[in-house]
Amino acid sequence: MRRGWFLPLFATLGFGFLYAPIVSLIVFSFNESRLVTVWGGFSTRWYGELISDGQLLEAAWVSLKIATISASLAVVIGTLAAFVLTRFARFRGKLLLTGMVTAPLVMPEVIIGLSLLLLFVAMEGMLGWPAGRGMTTVIIAHSTFCAAYVAVIAQSRLRDMDESLEEAARDLGAGPVRVFFDITLPVIAPALVSGWLLAFTLSLDDLVIASFVSGPGASTLPMVIFSKVRLGVSPDVNALATIIIGIVALAVTVAGILLMRQTRRAR
Amino acid sequence: MTSNPALAVNTRPWTDPNAQPFISIRNITKRFGDFTAVNDVSLDIYRSELFCLLGGSGCGKSTLLRMLSGFETPTSGKILIDGQDMAGVPADRRPTNMMFQSYALFPHMSVEKNVAYGLLREGKSKAEAAERAAEMLKLVKLDSFARRKPHQLSGGQRQRVALARALAKQPKVLLLDEPLGALDKKLREETQFELINIQETLGVTFIVVTHDQDEAMTLATRIGVMTDGVIAQIGEPREIYETPKSRFVADFIGSVNLFEGRVGPAAPDLMRVETEDLGSVSVPSAPGLTQGQTVWLAMRPERVWLTREPKPGAVNSVPGVVMDMGYVGHMSSYMVRLANGRQVRVTQANESRRDNPISWDESVHVSFEPGDFRVLTQ
Repeated sequence: MRRGWFLPLFATLGFGFLYAPIVSLIVFSFNESRLVTVWGGFSTRWYGELISDGQLLEAAWVSLKIATISASLAVVIGTLAAFVLTRFARFRGKLLLTGMVTAPLVMPEVIIGLSLLLLFVAMEGMLGWPAGRGMTTVIIAHSTFCAAYVAVIAQSRLRDMDESLEEAARDLGAGPVRVFFDITLPVIAPALVSGWLLAFTLSLDDLVIASFVSGPGASTLPMVIFSKVRLGVSPDVNALATIIIGIVALAVTVAGILLMRQTRRAR
Repeated sequence: MTSNPALAVNTRPWTDPNAQPFISIRNITKRFGDFTAVNDVSLDIYRSELFCLLGGSGCGKSTLLRMLSGFETPTSGKILIDGQDMAGVPADRRPTNMMFQSYALFPHMSVEKNVAYGLLREGKSKAEAAERAAEMLKLVKLDSFARRKPHQLSGGQRQRVALARALAKQPKVLLLDEPLGALDKKLREETQFELINIQETLGVTFIVVTHDQDEAMTLATRIGVMTDGVIAQIGEPREIYETPKSRFVADFIGSVNLFEGRVGPAAPDLMRVETEDLGSVSVPSAPGLTQGQTVWLAMRPERVWLTREPKPGAVNSVPGVVMDMGYVGHMSSYMVRLANGRQVRVTQANESRRDNPISWDESVHVSFEPGDFRVLTQ
């Protein structure tokens, strides 16, 4: 079949629409000029300046810590939720629970952020914990919505998995807990790794929820960038954004490859 | 096989009324909601038997197997294995092991790790488990594949790993769910005999679930034919084939011609049955039949005589025309239409090359030995 001219055209337009802003950002991060919109020649000057910016580095470090911890927590919570939803026979409220697990995927971030903020304030008043808002509250908030993403990934993998593998292990004398760690976990591990990477990038990217639940001394990287940009876009932000795009692209690619390889092997 | 230890004792314990069954299934029922998968099944299986549960899909054979392994809990009834009640015993504590239809080999473990898994779970040391695993792999002739992962094996090799893994713990009972179902025809026939050899070598009691009647006939010491959650008949392969108890069993195992008729006047040896298709035929008299009762006469296609001239001295003979014929090599099968339009299936062994075989549209005579009829009341 002849391809025609319109498919390549639409593909170009579509990808252009999606990626032109990002490409221009990357290009301008190598701009010599201080003026963001005027090309002044190639330079890596802003990357150098970035390294000496204590506030940004501090925020990057906070963000990395939060992303690592909340991605790990999200994997644990999400996997357990997925296991319950796929392996337990029908129980009362299973459908409701299934819906609720995936709700954070479609819930507006503003609402999640606000509701968590209210919860933390109320909890502090009643239980005295968490005392004030800071890294802990951001980690809790991020684990919550990232767990939903992990649950969705883990659920589909658990559903694809041949259940007779678990039965075979039971049959050979392993108790239910043993079966989970010996068989289920290794078999779904690649899905969990890609779930972790996805949760990590989501946490790293998040601005809205973090703005609601964060407190002094726990400004994440997106928060710092956002406040910087409000005073005018400086070229070092472009450099920083380029680095972040690089990290995120790498994580998403690795996650995608892992998932793809696993589906292929399952067949 | 050099020796068969089972031969020294009675190899057909089910014929001995005093024999102690090894597995006793007592009035087992399993319901899933409104659906009754297994309905009040009772069954005795003896030590070192190779018992086949045979039936179509959804007949309850797999559910029965899963209740033996402990993956399903019976709604009511009792299962005893070697005198021990299995109620409340979870799958991981039962003296049974199962070979799954999908083989269920652990994809992240090597072949030897797969085989050793059960041994490690029962507390054997690593060295002990490895030694026993190697022994089992030797038994199934896969000792050179120990380090491979399951996805690097062919279907037949995977099947043997699954068998080795299930046998490694020396279970009292091995449950096999369609063990040869995923293999192609030729490999399946070879593997059947290998399976029998292994079973006889180890003396383990095998319970095989299958939908393939040839497989059941080849493998089994006894067959339990299942339909709609009940066992229609239990017996040795020959018994099931030669003396089916019902039309269902006669039809399910092999092919059969069934003729409906009414019992005529009683006679000492032979009795008459009035049929629409064959007229009045002589069959061996069976006890418990009353005159006028509806019965069905079952006749295997290979027992029918097919001749051009009336067979001299034949008691039951009717004319017909060959409608269809299929040459299969070692035999030919015919469809013969009788005067009333009824078609009779006949198979004839092709024993000679010189024959002038009966062919399409020929007028023939179909005759039946009285003793080859099986009189069925249900």
